[in-house]
Amino acid sequence: MSRVFMKGCEAIAEAAVRAGCRFFAGYPITPQNEIPEYFSRRMPEVGGTFVQGESEVASISMVYGAASSGTRAMTSSSSCGIALKSEGISYCASARIPMVYVNVSRGGPGVGSIQPAQMDYMQATKASGNGGFQMLVFAPSTVQEAVDMTYAAFDYADRDRNPVLILADGVIGTMMEPVELPPMRSDEEIRAIKENKRSWACVGHELDYAHRAWIEPGQWSTAVMQRTNEKAAALYESWEKDLRWEEYRLEDAELVIAAYGISARIARSAVNLLRQEGYPVGLIRPITVNPFPYKAFDQIDYRKCKAVLDVEMSIPAQFLRDVSIGVKDRCPITTCLCSGGNIMSRESIIEAAKKSLEA
Amino acid sequence: MEKIYTRTKTIQEDKVSGFCPGCMHSTVMKLIGEVLEELGQVQNTACVLGIGCCGLHMDYMAYDNITAPHGRACAVATGIKRTNPDTLVYTYQGDGDLASIGLAETLSAANRGENFSVIFINNGIYGMTGGQMAPTTLVGMKATTAPKGRDPKEHGYPMHMCEIMNQLVAPYYLERTSCNNPANVRKTKAAIKKAFMNQLEGKGFSMVEIVTNCPTNWGTDALGSLEYLEQNMLKEFPLGVIRDKSLEEEGK
Repeated sequence: MSRVFMKGCEAIAEAAVRAGCRFFAGYPITPQNEIPEYFSRRMPEVGGTFVQGESEVASISMVYGAASSGTRAMTSSSSCGIALKSEGISYCASARIPMVYVNVSRGGPGVGSIQPAQMDYMQATKASGNGGFQMLVFAPSTVQEAVDMTYAAFDYADRDRNPVLILADGVIGTMMEPVELPPMRSDEEIRAIKENKRSWACVGHELDYAHRAWIEPGQWSTAVMQRTNEKAAALYESWEKDLRWEEYRLEDAELVIAAYGISARIARSAVNLLRQEGYPVGLIRPITVNPFPYKAFDQIDYRKCKAVLDVEMSIPAQFLRDVSIGVKDRCPITTCLCSGGNIMSRESIIEAAKKSLEA
Repeated sequence: MEKIYTRTKTIQEDKVSGFCPGCMHSTVMKLIGEVLEELGQVQNTACVLGIGCCGLHMDYMAYDNITAPHGRACAVATGIKRTNPDTLVYTYQGDGDLASIGLAETLSAANRGENFSVIFINNGIYGMTGGQMAPTTLVGMKATTAPKGRDPKEHGYPMHMCEIMNQLVAPYYLERTSCNNPANVRKTKAAIKKAFMNQLEGKGFSMVEIVTNCPTNWGTDALGSLEYLEQNMLKEFPLGVIRDKSLEEEGK
């Protein structure tokens, strides 16, 4: 496979096209404009559809419609734009419609800042809309990972009939890196994927009750509503098998850094430098942030470990809450935080690590 | 003996409409079903239901449907139609859904000239939520959120969606009808058929606005609501073809 040099947003869009995504609707917002722009060029080449929606709200509703008809569909936005999409995301989750969306997150709250941040952690992992639904949420720390996750996300979405979120950030979205692109799904494969969904897709059916397709994001019957929610809860329980995380140099670690996404990538580099200076530091990087790999924190040798250092681009800290659940009070947790648009600096992680070890 | 009337198969056999007595929702849904049968499109149709009493049809319809988020029916229909151009797609929306919370989605889809059909049920009030003021509520008409009646100084004037859309270049066919008497019921059916045929011929965006009643939330009964509709609603919302590009094409 050949490597190409691509910007994160464009690589994500290309990965989606290769996965068989044939419908994209989105609305401009920085720092993810290259995703809709790329799709607007690329979709006509593969017989797909690009629509610039009149808003984020409309765009996610278009995706809800396209995905309800069996087409692999996607939208993207950033932070405050994602908040606007929460209506349609919740509808997709309630009606169990497979679709993929990407948050190239920026600062917050409110309109926040257009620079990279990790301020949407709680929104992404705990409540991406009303009603307590859940999604698989993947957090890439490289452009390559963003590509691979986007490609796989469509399979997860179809497997579960549920939305999947790629929680990226402004760094991943706007930086350029060499990537290996996954293989292009053939038109036959894409047709077969759509045909597989034909039984429930809202595109017209035989006129008998066994065959008609109803896409129901709600229920008039309380009994059916409860059954629907119980089925969804059972699905969420089944995601234990999909937990993914990275452990790095934990074996003798006296300090373990916990970080995800771009912060984890910078933290990994800090671990290497600290090791060179003789500090026994390791890293745990959740790759799925929902479900959260709490059990990764059982891998720490708490007889040696003096502290866990939570590193994230969010003030107040959010990821910290899940880290705390994983650590279960087995050692103190310290933090290294930044917010407001500045990217986490390796120096501040190194400084915080040394301070945590000396405390 | 010739059988000249039968219940449309597009309504579930075992269901009895739960709409309020005198409500025109069931009439319109019956007409849509008859048109789909006449066009041989029942098995090729996706209905996008709005939120509110429109959404109650989910329980009665026998063919494919999807419930859109409140106001987003035209966006949902865009997603379905663009990826399934051979499917007949129509939205079924009330005035709060189409003209208030969904104004952007409705006008944007019309402006793009999306090739689907919109059935717009305009009764000047929010039905399911219990009679709140809508964008189409008449001046002076009482609503639970305008207890002294719609006051233009505070609430502005009723919105005329067909006329607003008539400012756009793309829409192909816009007609306003009612179901207050047998003649108008027949005209409504003809308008729905025209809208669907336009879509099948790839002509683009069509909307049929149907001026209807809400006996319950208008605080009257079935007959009283017809009287109110004829004396007040139809003055504010005159019936007729607002735009029909096929006539322009014929004239060329």
